[in-house]
Amino acid sequence: MNRGSWLLGRLAQIVPTFLMIGIAVFVLARLLPGDQVSAMLGERATDETIARLQAELGLDRSIFEQLLNFLVAAAQGEFGTSMSLRLPVMQVIAERLPVTLALMSIAMVLALAIALPLAFVAALNANRWPDMLIRTVFQIGLSSPVFYIGLLLLTVFAAGLRWFPVGGYGDDWGEHLYHLFLPGLTLSFSFAAVVMRNLRAGILAVLTAEYVDFARAKGLAAGVVLGRHVLRNALIATVTLVGLHVGALLGGAVITETVFAVPGVGRLMIDSILARDYPVIQALTLVLAVLVSLAFLLTDLVQMWLDPRVGR
Amino acid sequence: MTALLEVSDLAVVFHTKRGPVHAVDGLGFSVERGEVLGIVGESGSGKSVTLRAITRLLHGAEVTGRVNWQGEDVLAMDTERLRRMRGGQIGMVFQEPMAALNPVLSIGLQITETLIAHTQLDAAGRRARALELLDLVGIAAGRTRLAQFPHEFSGGMRQRAMIAIALAANPALLLADEPTTALDVTIQDQILRLLRGLVDDLGMALVLVTHDLGVIAETCDRVAVMYAGRLCETGAVAPVFAAPRHAYTKALLGAMPGQGQDALVAIPGMAPRLDAPALGCAFAPRCAFRLPVCDTTRPALREFGPAQSSACHAAEALAS
Repeated sequence: MNRGSWLLGRLAQIVPTFLMIGIAVFVLARLLPGDQVSAMLGERATDETIARLQAELGLDRSIFEQLLNFLVAAAQGEFGTSMSLRLPVMQVIAERLPVTLALMSIAMVLALAIALPLAFVAALNANRWPDMLIRTVFQIGLSSPVFYIGLLLLTVFAAGLRWFPVGGYGDDWGEHLYHLFLPGLTLSFSFAAVVMRNLRAGILAVLTAEYVDFARAKGLAAGVVLGRHVLRNALIATVTLVGLHVGALLGGAVITETVFAVPGVGRLMIDSILARDYPVIQALTLVLAVLVSLAFLLTDLVQMWLDPRVGR
Repeated sequence: MTALLEVSDLAVVFHTKRGPVHAVDGLGFSVERGEVLGIVGESGSGKSVTLRAITRLLHGAEVTGRVNWQGEDVLAMDTERLRRMRGGQIGMVFQEPMAALNPVLSIGLQITETLIAHTQLDAAGRRARALELLDLVGIAAGRTRLAQFPHEFSGGMRQRAMIAIALAANPALLLADEPTTALDVTIQDQILRLLRGLVDDLGMALVLVTHDLGVIAETCDRVAVMYAGRLCETGAVAPVFAAPRHAYTKALLGAMPGQGQDALVAIPGMAPRLDAPALGCAFAPRCAFRLPVCDTTRPALREFGPAQSSACHAAEALAS
């Protein structure tokens, strides 16, 4: 099998994946206690109005017909109207999603910027004091809850030193970056800790590999040996981990956005759940699941680029 | 004229949790320009460690003694001088080509990065040289091969590729650490012929580490026999094989198939422990010619003829 057909096969996997996500979200919504109609109309609705709304929403059809209608509408980005905001669901999500994506990107960049060099320092000084120190600090980072780190950073750098805003999102890109720095840092902590630990172990495993000795025996400069021969091989395992961690990062974003009052989809999710805004919850679940599966796809593509053995 | 490579009093100690391990102990030998020296010994005798000590590739080991490369002290070289010597003047070939080639880099890149490190060639020049090298080591269809990765090569082809990498910068000496051990017999023979041919054509010197006396007989000019990190016997291959002056060499030759004898004679006992070096001769506990002095006094290297020296108390007894 060549790499081209492997790639096509991998891309084709998205179709059934998305379909499964759609069905799962549809079924989950039906499993929720209480129904959409009574949530919309309240307790004093007459049977007549309930029946009319059910017909309007297509809820009087068979379950398969409903599923089909849902999937077709979802594929077109049509998720109905938010009950609490009185706006099209897609419009609400489209406004909020970029904020969360920006937050996650900042968190990822910060995490990698922190984890990459420190993983090297730790691995190259394995079991000596720099390694011990780095691992201890990250152990604390890993075991501290996101909301605690967030409140700590808020208290010190926003409320105390006043270097950063306490919350919000700002109006232009520069302000966005400024507003999202602290939440991004908060979100990056546990992620950086996971990447650092994994990469440190990966580097240690690769450092004693024969091909690294051979690279030295070839007379390559230390930087080339570390960058090309050690890092690249150590990254292969770490990339998988980074991809798998995107889901956890989304979960962290929900909490971080709440702590820092960032108007992203995490905040939206919490608000919608509290308001029982089913169309929004359903659409968000779908969009986020699709995002995570796209992140997995991206992971596989990076993996393929890093490791020529993938897909052969 | 000074020898190309001169090793004297080389000692390598690994400090482990269970105490020091003396992997190489008072080793000395030299390599002249254009000659092939074989280092032979059983597993754990310190052959591979010796090669890596010469190029300072050992991790966490204490290396003492002298390693002179064209009169220059290798153990005192700074990082940059050492880098230029490695690969530039001394090429190395490892035992397991699958492990020694980086699995995620193309063969072409693994050749050209050596050229970048040691030559002034531009990209086109490097590519031409890489093709020339593949041709030199007998890899056909070089253009296709350069873009391929190690897993797309067979075992023998991988070893050829590694030799091509080691030869890239025209080194004066090639250190080959059991280059044929991981290969099947027919491929072994091809690789040995290739190495011997390269030495003859390029005027390069070769140190070939092996546990196989047959490889020594076929390929080398001189041989050094090691046991427990110490040098037993050294000399030109013909006199050493015809009349060994060390009891261990004699035992090794007796255990070698295909010499016309009726049965192979195994060497009794086990390889010695290196954490407690023997006071006398390290081979004494397994030796058929053992004398009382062997247990108490370490034998010194003595000359027997112009091209043979041995460290054995029973050297005279072996001749009869």
